[in-house]
Amino acid sequence: MKLPVKMTINGQKTSDEVEPRLLLVHYIREVVGLTGTHVGCDTSQCGACTILMNGQAVKACTMFAVQADGATITTIEGLARNGELHPIQQGFWEKHGLQCGFCTPGMIMTAYQLLERYPKPTEEQIRHQLEGNLCRCTGYHNIVKAIEWAAEHMAGKK
Amino acid sequence: MATVAEERLFGKSIKRREDPRFITGRGQYVDDVKLPGMTYAAFVRSPHAHARLNKVDASAARKVPGVLAVYTGADVKVGGLPCGWMLPDIKVPPRPALAQGKVRYVGEPVAIVIGETAYAAKDGAEAVKVAYEALPAVSNAKKAHETGAPQLFDNIPKNQCFYWTIGDKTATEAAFKSAATVVHQALLNQRLIPNAIEPRACIASVSPATGELTLWVTSQNPHVHRLLMAAFVLSIPETKMRVIAPDVGGGFGSKIFVYNEEVVVSWAAKTLGRPVKWTAERRESFLNDAHGRDHVTEAEIALDHDGKVSGLRVKTHANLGAYLSTFAPLIPSYLYGPLLSGVYKIPAIFCEVWGMLTDTAPVDAYRGAGRPEATYLLERMMDRAARQLRVDPAELRRKNFIPKFTDGAPYQTPVAFAYDSGNYEPALRRALQLVGYDQTRKEQLALRPKGRYIGIGVSTYIEACGPAPSAVAGSLGAGAGLWESGQVRVHPAGAVTVYTGSHSHGQGHETTFAQLVADELGIPMEQVEIVHGDTAQIPFGMGTYGSRSACVGGSAIVKCLDKIKEKGRKIAAHLLEANEQDLDFAGGTWTVKGSPDKKKTWGEVALMAYLAHNIPKGMEPGLEATSFYDPVNFTFPFGAHIAVVEVDPETGAVKILKYVAVDDVGRVINPMIVDGMVHGGIAQGVGQALWEHGVYSEDGQLLTGTMMDYALPKADALPSYVTERTVTPSPINPLGVKGAGETGTIASTPAIANAVIDALEPFGLTHLDIPLTPQKIWKAVAAAKQK
Repeated sequence: MKLPVKMTINGQKTSDEVEPRLLLVHYIREVVGLTGTHVGCDTSQCGACTILMNGQAVKACTMFAVQADGATITTIEGLARNGELHPIQQGFWEKHGLQCGFCTPGMIMTAYQLLERYPKPTEEQIRHQLEGNLCRCTGYHNIVKAIEWAAEHMAGKK
Repeated sequence: MATVAEERLFGKSIKRREDPRFITGRGQYVDDVKLPGMTYAAFVRSPHAHARLNKVDASAARKVPGVLAVYTGADVKVGGLPCGWMLPDIKVPPRPALAQGKVRYVGEPVAIVIGETAYAAKDGAEAVKVAYEALPAVSNAKKAHETGAPQLFDNIPKNQCFYWTIGDKTATEAAFKSAATVVHQALLNQRLIPNAIEPRACIASVSPATGELTLWVTSQNPHVHRLLMAAFVLSIPETKMRVIAPDVGGGFGSKIFVYNEEVVVSWAAKTLGRPVKWTAERRESFLNDAHGRDHVTEAEIALDHDGKVSGLRVKTHANLGAYLSTFAPLIPSYLYGPLLSGVYKIPAIFCEVWGMLTDTAPVDAYRGAGRPEATYLLERMMDRAARQLRVDPAELRRKNFIPKFTDGAPYQTPVAFAYDSGNYEPALRRALQLVGYDQTRKEQLALRPKGRYIGIGVSTYIEACGPAPSAVAGSLGAGAGLWESGQVRVHPAGAVTVYTGSHSHGQGHETTFAQLVADELGIPMEQVEIVHGDTAQIPFGMGTYGSRSACVGGSAIVKCLDKIKEKGRKIAAHLLEANEQDLDFAGGTWTVKGSPDKKKTWGEVALMAYLAHNIPKGMEPGLEATSFYDPVNFTFPFGAHIAVVEVDPETGAVKILKYVAVDDVGRVINPMIVDGMVHGGIAQGVGQALWEHGVYSEDGQLLTGTMMDYALPKADALPSYVTERTVTPSPINPLGVKGAGETGTIASTPAIANAVIDALEPFGLTHLDIPLTPQKIWKAVAAAKQK
C-alpha cells in the first residue's frame, strides 16, 4: 500500500506516493534526491538529518514522510538564496566550523533555529542547544565560534 | 606589484576550499551516489558471541517481495580477509567474509540479502532463519588467557594470538632492584568505538563491457583497499578494479581496514550483474567497525633517590577481538611499546604484550592507535610517582625530560625509536603559564575546606607520526610499503593538477596541499587542483592514517615540484639564452640575475613545454612529475596539555574548567586547520577519559550498541580550548613538518584523568580506571568516606 504525500521543499512542490513506513529523511534523500541531509545514526542522537519543518528544526530520521504531508520544509540545499550563502553557512566557512562536513548540514539547520530562539546567544546557550547534534571532528570549539560569527552578522543585517 | 609568492601561503590560515560544497549540502559521500539499476544490501548478523552455525535457511527470505538474492558463507566464493601485519610466531586465524561453521562475535555477518530497495533487503534479512548452537564465550582479554576459557579456534591454544616484547629485560630488572621508589599500578585502557559520524558504506558495480569492478567505499586509503581486495580476496588483476573514496565523513582509523561488507558486496555485484549498495546503520557500525584500545595492563615505574625515573616495566593483555583486522597486530606492539619512553630519559624499559582473541568485534587502529595507550600509561604513572614522592607532578616531569636536542642529533630511546627533534621544556613552561598553574594550585587548596574539589592534570606527551620508512616497516612485519606518492601535472596554460596518494576525510588537503604548490610555483591557489581518492586517477598511494599526510604525502608533492621547477628552469634558461645558474625564480617568474627585464613567466614556460617548438635539444616535451617519497624516520611531535577540572563528590560529576594545549608539530602549513584537528583530538581524548566505553558483557553481548548507550562527547559537556604552539622543525622531511592529527587524542586522556584523580586526592584516591563516569567517581568517594 502506498499513500500520497505532498510537500514544499526549498520552495519546490513535491507530490509522490510512498510506503507509509518510509522515513522522511529517506524521502528527501532517495525520492526527492536532496542528499545534503545525512543519516548518521538510527536513534535520533546525531542530528545529521536535521531539517526545518514548518520553521522547526526536526530530525528527519525520526518521522515518516507521510507525517510531513503538507509541510513546508527547508533543507541545507535551500538555505543559500540566489547564490548568496546564509550567514550561518558563511560563519561555518569563516571559522572553520567543519572538517569532514558530514554533520555540518544538520549543525547548520539546528543553528538556524538556535539563532531564532537566541539572536544573541551566550556560549553556554549555543552549547546547550547543540546537545542533539554530534560532531566527531571539531570538538565543537569552532562550531561555537561559527554560530557566534553568524549571530553577529545576522544582527547587523536586521 | 605584490605577487603570491612574495606573501607565502605556508603558515597562513587560508579558509578551506572544500567548504563551499559541504556547507551547501553538495558534498558527495558514498551513500549519496546512485547508479542506474542499483540494488541494496542488508546483512544478517550473528546475535550470539560464540555459536556453531548449523543451518542458514533463506527460503522464506527469497520470497519476500523485492528480494533479489540471498547469499550465505557457503555461496560466497572469495578469499578470507587478509591481515596486513605479521609478528614473530603470530597465529593468524582464518577470517571468512561471511561466517562459516562458527560465529565468534555479535554482529559477525552471516548472510547478505539483496533487494530492489534498502527496505526490501532489510525485510528479507529479517526473514532469514539461522540455526545456532550457542557456545560459551569470553570477552575479556585476560580471562581469555586463563586455563579453561572458551576457545575461539582449535589451533590457537589459550586464545593467544601472539606474545611480543620490546626492551631490555635484564637491565630493567636491575633498575627495579636498585630503585629507591617503585610504584605499581593496574590500569585498564577501555575499549572505544570510533563512531565517525558518516557510517561506513560501499557500492560495487561491474561493467558488463570491460568486466571492471568499481568500488565506491568509505576508505582512508583506496589503493590499500584495491591491493588487498584484488590480490588476496577477489583474485582479480588490479587493472580490473577501481576504488573510489569520494567525500568521506571522518575516519579516525576505522575506515583504513578491509571489511566483510565491501568484499561480499563486490562479489554479489558481479554475481548478480547489477550494482549493489550497502550503507551501515549506526547499530551495525557499533557491532562491526573495528574498535580501539582495550588493554588490561600491569605497570611499574622505578625511580632513584633523586626522583629520576630509572625503569619502566609493562605487562599488557591486548584484546584483538575475534579475528585479526587489517593492521591489528601492529597497534599493541610497535605503535605501543616504542612510545613508552615518552619525553623522558628512561634508561631501562621492558614491555610484554599478549595479543588475545576474544568473542568481540575486531580491534584495530583508532585515532592515536597504541600511542594513546602508551601515553596514558606513562603519564598516569608519572602522576602516581609524583604523588608517592610528594613532589609536584609538573616538576617531576621537568626533571625527567630528555634535554633539548642538539641540532640534527636524534635521541635514541631504549625501545627502538630515535626521536627526530625535540625541545620539551618550553612547551610545558608555556602551558603552565597559560593555565596559571601556581595560582590554580593555591585556589585548589583554598577551595577544599569549602567542599570544592579542583584538580589539575598535566600530560607531557610524545607521538610518532608519519609512518614510516618502508624498509623498517617491512622488517617489523608490514605487508605494505609506507611511502607516499605524488604526481604534479602542469597543463599547457599553466594550471596545475596534483594527484596525491593521501586521502582527505576532513583534513583539508585540498587547501593545505594547494598552499604548498602555489608557494613553490609562485602561482595563485586557484590555479591548483588537488585530486585524491580514486585509484583510476592517482598513482599507487598509501592513504591517510598515523598523521602522515603532510609529512609523507606533502613531501612527495614537494619532490615532484622540485623536478618540475628543475625542468622549468632549463626551458626558461633556453628561452632566455642564459645559464640555468644565472636565473632567479620568484613569484612564478624566472628572471636573469642582474637583468630583471629578461624574464619568462610560469605560463610561458608551461606553454613552451607543451608546444615544444623551442626547448633544449634532447628534452622530452611536457611538464609533469611523479614522486614516491619514503621517509627516513617517523616524526615525533610533542607537547604539554593541562586540564583543570572540578569534581562534585556528591554527584561524581566532572566539569572541565580550563583546557590548555601547547603542541609542537614542527612547521605548520595552515594553523587554522591544525588548531581544528587539535580541538577535535582533545574532544575524543576527553571522551575516553570521561564517558566513552565499549562494554561487552562477560558472555560477549555488546551492552553499548547505540549512541544512547555509548556516550560520545557533546557540545555542552566540553569547554573551549586554549591552544598554542612551539615550533621545533623536523629535520627528516623537506617541509619541516610533523604530524598533527592525533596529538590531541593522545595528550588529553591522561591530562583529564590526572586532573580528576588530583581533585580526589583529599579522599585518599590514587587511581580510578577510565572512563571516569559520575557513577564510578561517586562510588569511589562513597567507599573512601566509609574508611
